[in-house]
Amino acid sequence: GSSAALADGKHFTVTLFPGDGIGPEISAAVQTVFAAAAVPVSWETHEISVATVKPGEPLVSREALDSVLRNGFGLKGPMATPVGKGHKSLNLTLRKELGLYANVRPCVSFPGVKTPYDNVDLVTVRENTEGEYSGLEHVVVPGVVESLKVITRTASQRVAEYAFKYAADNNRSRVTAVHKASVMKQSDGLFIEVCREVSELFPNIEYEEMLIDTCASALVMDPSRLDVMVMPNLYGDIVSDLCAGLIGGLGLTPSGNMGATCMLAEAVHGTAPDIAGMNKANPTALLMSSLMMLRHMKLAAKADDIERAVHAVLKEGKYRTGDLGGSASTTEYTEAIIDKMSTGK
Amino acid sequence: VPLEFETFRFSNFEEGLPQEVINSFKKNLVAIKGPFTTPVKSKYTSINILLRRDFDLFANVVHAYSIPGVKSRLGGVDVVMIRENTEGEYSGMEHEAVPGVVESLKIITEARSMRIAQYAFAYAAANNRKKVTAVHKANIMKSGDGLFLDCCKRVAAEYPYIEFEGMIVDNTCMQMVSRPQQFDVMILPNLYGNIVTNIAAGICGGPGLFPGGNIGENGAVFEQGARHSGLDIAGKNKANPTGQILGGVMMLRYLQLTKHADAIENAVMRLLEGNKARTGRRWGVCHDDRLHQGHHLPLGMRGGGRACC
Ligand SMILES: Nc1ncnc2c1ncn2[C@@H]1O[C@H](COP(=O)(O)OP(=O)(O)OP(=O)(O)O)[C@@H](O)[C@H]1O
Ligand SMILES: Nc1ncnc2c1ncn2[C@@H]1O[C@H](COP(=O)(O)OP(=O)(O)OP(=O)(O)O)[C@@H](O)[C@H]1O
Ligand SMILES: [Mg+2]
Ligand SMILES: [Mg+2]
Repeated sequence: GSSAALADGKHFTVTLFPGDGIGPEISAAVQTVFAAAAVPVSWETHEISVATVKPGEPLVSREALDSVLRNGFGLKGPMATPVGKGHKSLNLTLRKELGLYANVRPCVSFPGVKTPYDNVDLVTVRENTEGEYSGLEHVVVPGVVESLKVITRTASQRVAEYAFKYAADNNRSRVTAVHKASVMKQSDGLFIEVCREVSELFPNIEYEEMLIDTCASALVMDPSRLDVMVMPNLYGDIVSDLCAGLIGGLGLTPSGNMGATCMLAEAVHGTAPDIAGMNKANPTALLMSSLMMLRHMKLAAKADDIERAVHAVLKEGKYRTGDLGGSASTTEYTEAIIDKMSTGK
Repeated sequence: VPLEFETFRFSNFEEGLPQEVINSFKKNLVAIKGPFTTPVKSKYTSINILLRRDFDLFANVVHAYSIPGVKSRLGGVDVVMIRENTEGEYSGMEHEAVPGVVESLKIITEARSMRIAQYAFAYAAANNRKKVTAVHKANIMKSGDGLFLDCCKRVAAEYPYIEFEGMIVDNTCMQMVSRPQQFDVMILPNLYGNIVTNIAAGICGGPGLFPGGNIGENGAVFEQGARHSGLDIAGKNKANPTGQILGGVMMLRYLQLTKHADAIENAVMRLLEGNKARTGRRWGVCHDDRLHQGHHLPLGMRGGGRACC
């Protein structure tokens, strides 16, 4: 798609981490779709994998990290989590090194994908750097463990500002701050205090606060009750997966990690070792994530075209991967999407 | 029902639990309580936490189930959630290290994790349940949730005929809204328990439907399972009393007043199944007469015919 790119004058390089298991297959699907849509993007591929890294070595090389920082955009497939090799979690490393302070997970019902919930349209904005994920734990005396949750004004403010800005940019009417300040009065108390302050800068957006238990119950009783939600790390982890469950699971839902200077889009599902290499994986989640990235590049027209095609294929129901009850292969599904694009064959 | 109530009305608990309430509970060992609002702004500990902590009511048991006649989005659910009620994120230990930086301590102990795991497995065994799922986030909180999970595994080993699995909390919540039928008995640390019980009640029809019990070795307090004070509908004669009434039924079973428990439970059930009357939300009751039988069995707790406060 380089000729189209040149005509537009815009061209982007994206760092690609294909990942483990089904990662390479679903990454290839995204690349195929992008090429067919003449998206002005070229790829810089870095293989990072737990399978190949030596114990004690960093999972992500400096070079790979610098590539994302330089390009401003990264796309990441699923990666296996090393168990007991003494490595820090890969996701934690990426978040820290790339300064990815907010995780954004939109969950919108797909036409034709039946779940008990219709017309879900929710966005979780999760604080990504602190909270319960501080990694600070210690054994006080044998049999007694303290885990430290850390909430700072700086991190709370930055994620709150992002949530309100996201709401404003995406025509959303309400932001709900989710918390448990009835119990964690100081830490979650600080979080909502900051959200409240930020809300005053956005008078056109409605603001409310909701306890995490009330929110969880409201989401499953009537998801239309909520819109954009902003919350500390652990609640965001839980609520974003809960929302994914409402629309049919992690094989479908996009995720974007926002940093001050870069964005890392990712598939949040696992590596699915049971179907890896079998051309059976559903590439939708990674593709939808890459569309978030395109919108961030202000290539919304391209993103909209691809998204329409995905919706059309899922609605038609003829080509679906096994996880959605169909029998199409990854490549057949990908071709079906390309056929439905205005730039397709 | 051969039982007298000693009633206390209070909402100001700045000084902790009133002494007369403490005295009454020590004498009666059993209580039933309505929901209390915990103002987010106040610096005082909620009454729920005070009760649990002061009387060491370590196990919060909430049973959510699909009720014929009650419309819900997901059918075939029957899950008992056993939540550690005294530590974890609810330690109340927090401080501002420097301005704008707050630390909050989550405490997990081996003793309390073993105790809740033992209670959960004893409950599962006494109630003929097949599977126990321990919910955790041990991939991130390796030491804290790791210890909790480890204790569950150790107890599981004593019950080879009960299936055991660990499940990460975010995945659990996703499974709860897609395939909740897979769950049987769950063991949960405090905060995850708060969240998961609310999801389970939500998918089965609403927070006003299900009872909860807080059980310790020195007594028990019964209530609506999903604790909410419902300020938005308060005073409008709209509240669904089912959860609270069934909390009373749970209490009667705990006191082994089985005939009375059955009579009330059956009445609620008939009303529901006949579709004759409904509150604004939905209501109903459990058909499963195994419900809550295990409460006093495993730990040999006291009770039986005493008066209640
Ligand atoms: N994109 C996908 N397309 C089709 N099926 C998928 C996809 N992602 C996950 N699955 C299926 O969902 C189930 C759970 O897989 P997943 O890899 O997410 O979890 P996991 O086994 O815990 O792996 P990991 O350790 O990498 O997280 C598997 O049966 C897998 O095949
Ligand atoms: N017994 C009940 N009958 C009908 N509706 C109920 C009942 N209990 C809770 N609800 C509803 O559930 C929702 C959540 O309740 P509530 O507003 O009290 O939550 P909360 O924010 O958790 O407050 P609290 O501080 O009491 O915990 C409300 O809409 C409330 O009306
Ligand atoms: Mg998660
Ligand atoms: Mg509540």
